[in-house]
Amino acid sequence: MRVTAPGTPLLSVRDLSVSFRTEAGLVRAVRSVSYDVAPGEVLGIVGESGSGKSVSSLAVMNLLPGHAEVTGSARLNGQELIGQSDDALSAVRGSRIAMVFQDPLSALTPVYTVGDQIAEAILVHETVSRGEAMRRAVDLLHTVGIPNAAQRATAFPHEFSGGMRQRVMIAMAIANRPSLIIADEPTTALDVTIQAQILDVLQTARRMTGAAIVLITHDLGVIAGIADRVSVMYAGTIVETGSVDDVFYRPRMPYTLGLLGSIPRADAGERQPLTPIEGTPPSLINLPTGCPFVPRCPMAQDICRREEPGLLPIAGREPADTQRAACHFKDDIEQRQLTSRDIFPAPLPSSDAVRSVPREQRQQMLVVQDLVKSYPQMKGAVLRRKVGEVRAVDGVSFDIREGETLGLVGESGCGKTTTIMEILNLGRPASGHIAVLGHDTARMSGAEKFGIRRDLQVVFQDPMASLDPRLPIGEILAEPLRAHGVAPERVSARVRELLTLVGLRAEHVNRYPAAFSGGQRQRIGIARALALEPKILVLDEPVSALDVSVRAGVINLLERLRDQLGLSYLFVAHDLAVVRHIGNRVAVMYLGRIIESGDVDEVFDRPAHPYTQALLSAIPLPDPHKERARVRIVLKGDLPSPANPPSGCRFRTRCQKFANELTEPQRQRCIDESPALLPRTGSPDHLDACHWATAVEVL
Amino acid sequence: MAAFLLRRLVYLLCLVVVSTSVAYLLAATQLRPRARYEGRNPPPPVAVVDARLDELNMNDKVPVLTRYRRWGAGLLRGDLGRTIDNQPVNAEIGRRMWVSLRLVVVGAVVGTLLGVAAGAYGAVKQYQLADRVLTVSSFVILSIPAVVLGVLFKNAGIGLNNALGFKLLYTTGELTPGMDPWSAAGLVNRFAHLVLPSLVLIVIAVAFYGRYQRNAMLDVLGSDFLRTARAKGLRRSQALIKHGLRTALIPMATFFAYEFALLFVGATFTERLFGWHGMGEYFVESVTKNDINSVAGVTLFVGVLVLIAGFLSDLAYAALDPRVRV
Repeated sequence: MRVTAPGTPLLSVRDLSVSFRTEAGLVRAVRSVSYDVAPGEVLGIVGESGSGKSVSSLAVMNLLPGHAEVTGSARLNGQELIGQSDDALSAVRGSRIAMVFQDPLSALTPVYTVGDQIAEAILVHETVSRGEAMRRAVDLLHTVGIPNAAQRATAFPHEFSGGMRQRVMIAMAIANRPSLIIADEPTTALDVTIQAQILDVLQTARRMTGAAIVLITHDLGVIAGIADRVSVMYAGTIVETGSVDDVFYRPRMPYTLGLLGSIPRADAGERQPLTPIEGTPPSLINLPTGCPFVPRCPMAQDICRREEPGLLPIAGREPADTQRAACHFKDDIEQRQLTSRDIFPAPLPSSDAVRSVPREQRQQMLVVQDLVKSYPQMKGAVLRRKVGEVRAVDGVSFDIREGETLGLVGESGCGKTTTIMEILNLGRPASGHIAVLGHDTARMSGAEKFGIRRDLQVVFQDPMASLDPRLPIGEILAEPLRAHGVAPERVSARVRELLTLVGLRAEHVNRYPAAFSGGQRQRIGIARALALEPKILVLDEPVSALDVSVRAGVINLLERLRDQLGLSYLFVAHDLAVVRHIGNRVAVMYLGRIIESGDVDEVFDRPAHPYTQALLSAIPLPDPHKERARVRIVLKGDLPSPANPPSGCRFRTRCQKFANELTEPQRQRCIDESPALLPRTGSPDHLDACHWATAVEVL
Repeated sequence: MAAFLLRRLVYLLCLVVVSTSVAYLLAATQLRPRARYEGRNPPPPVAVVDARLDELNMNDKVPVLTRYRRWGAGLLRGDLGRTIDNQPVNAEIGRRMWVSLRLVVVGAVVGTLLGVAAGAYGAVKQYQLADRVLTVSSFVILSIPAVVLGVLFKNAGIGLNNALGFKLLYTTGELTPGMDPWSAAGLVNRFAHLVLPSLVLIVIAVAFYGRYQRNAMLDVLGSDFLRTARAKGLRRSQALIKHGLRTALIPMATFFAYEFALLFVGATFTERLFGWHGMGEYFVESVTKNDINSVAGVTLFVGVLVLIAGFLSDLAYAALDPRVRV
């Protein structure tokens, strides 16, 4: 039902500004943002944390905390929303504009059943009986793909998985058939296969209600697939906007260019160094005059420091063209057709000297064989007894040779972190073997373990939590050196050397971690790991906590260090695009087992296992044409409990091949027999664990 | 769930047995009922005192464990022994507990409700004038000893009566002697007796619970689910009450259950000031009178109350928080 004439915007936001008074000063979170949303269209708003993308939408809904100062205008079908009373707005919220929030774990009230919470959304706006509202809630749950909806409606949020909770959020959002849905990072906390499911549900919801969607995200890939138009936000304002194709293929603001050039691509066969944007987004307190991107922009001139550019059309385009960019040099970029590699200096491709030696002739740095790690399941409060065990890692084998990176990928709960913790533990595994530089960890003495830790170091995921906030970074870096008896007079020089090595300034040695940004702290974490000149680095999701624009810098640094210092990496990640970029080899884990492994290009280009195929198919590509043309394999359901894995092949309960292609006797084999990890596709190095493996091109 | 509650019940019963035994042994060894008789003028003959004390099972010449065994045997028959004035403890507690109940029930219920409301309101208006007023007045009230507060209210009541020229509020006892307690006039009279002591209890409860509830509410206020509730179309106040306060009450359930039970014997000063002969007064009197059996009896009574409170708080928690129902 379209209530507005074509061409009239559904939502029209003009000069929206939001500021917060804090002790540190006035935070100008949103600065004069204007945009329109047409009925039924999908507008993507992209930005990094702190860019103001969420705050601007919350301001439209008047859901900001009381001390936020909001000015400007936001009209829904001509009705002003800014400055209205809570009573007036509560009639709009949930009925004409609905929201889907990021973290479905905390976004649902823990003490009410999901059915009640959806029914409440209906009852607030309509005078229907409780029973009728409840019946509709069950229908909605069914619509968003929750099995046994009638029964599940009586369950509480904590009884749902993250993906299921997000479905509940969407059911709640479409309960009153709104004309606009604002989805604020709806898939950020979810695994990639679950993300694909949720984006699917969101599309269904849109088809059903005809609602326009404002999709807020930091992930350009998510936008590419479903948005019609994109706005890019930076430092509280929109710096570029236009159709998806224009912004992705013809970006005219250096920040957009840099952002697109800095994301690794899962579909990129030939590996090119990423173009990192140096520096970090500016603080929104006391923002200097001029363009906020100046400190990070290689094109910046005097005029950029003097005045902030407006969001203006690009010269020489058709009058109907909707692309706008906020850059003094946008026309220059247009005329010269500049790309991110022209503007941002990319590092030179590093040498593959070590890896030019055939793999078999290189030394085995780390060997893991049939590794098992199980946790007992206990029952009873007083007399605890073992009632079973959870095999978090169940027979994992791989090896890493000199100078190469093995990417260990899988979704949360697959056992990848448990695997690396077992390796770092240097103990005797419950079953199987671990050998570091040829030494079996089960037979190592305490002194040997201490020695081998020099060669095996780790970088953790969260650079905020993994550095002691009370030690200056010089001390943090000196600690491993002292612990391993490096001469005191050498320590200080080495610390400075390390800081320079990871691209930080040596004179910052006395600063505390709090003085550094996320990306810089991760560099400190890497420097700490490198202090003892290790041969192997275990990297546990080293870039997943970082903002998109600083990620590229850290990835490039890791690549450079590997090739410069001849390191070997065990790179654990859930982001397959990052693994494709930095990895040489990849192992895919599912429910405690490796289900496919081999050379990165081989596995990404010709995945043989249905799970790998689904995983790759679920990755959103930051390429609108490709993204629209793709047919996704969307997996059913959630990861089964590792305490009670399915018999035979562990993936069969969610396997698209099992469900759609196999014959009954073939299925029986999947149920009865657990497939071994074997070469089945012709290449002796490409292993998979599927009885019916066939290599397919997915990306 | 049933198994869990049963386990809790057994655990709490053990706790009651231990605490009562310790209390009895402490009272029996530390209190000196004999002093009551020795102090008389002229002092009664030792043999007479011994006989009297033996009768009460309070003779310090009998080994304490023997006395404990005898007391315990009585307890198993449901007999708490006799007071130092040779009255049955059962009857004393049986009478006084109702007096206490009648005194505290209004104060506790109204005080809790107002305390929750004040705390929640203060949290919502954090750092605004209303919150600052509530915070300051709470701390003022909490820093005044209950006895001073009682006297203030009593004097205010007397002042009001004098100003009116007739007795609107009573300051002593729970009923004017000679009135039929269950007639309409009797009930009004009871109410006129109850107002002042209840006010004392309410003011203290609001100040005390309000602080806790404010903190519990502040923890919930920033929650994403409150934002979701408002995004659905609930008004701010609706979302705050239905989703915010409901969740913020969970941690308070345990606290309220115990405070309720303990107020039974904890309103000592209010009872004494306003002449209500309840459990609090009984407890203090029994200690000053060196009344071993009464002290032990009151302790047992408190123990059972804590048991009930603990049990109720578990039930309340399970009712409020679906996450603990397994």
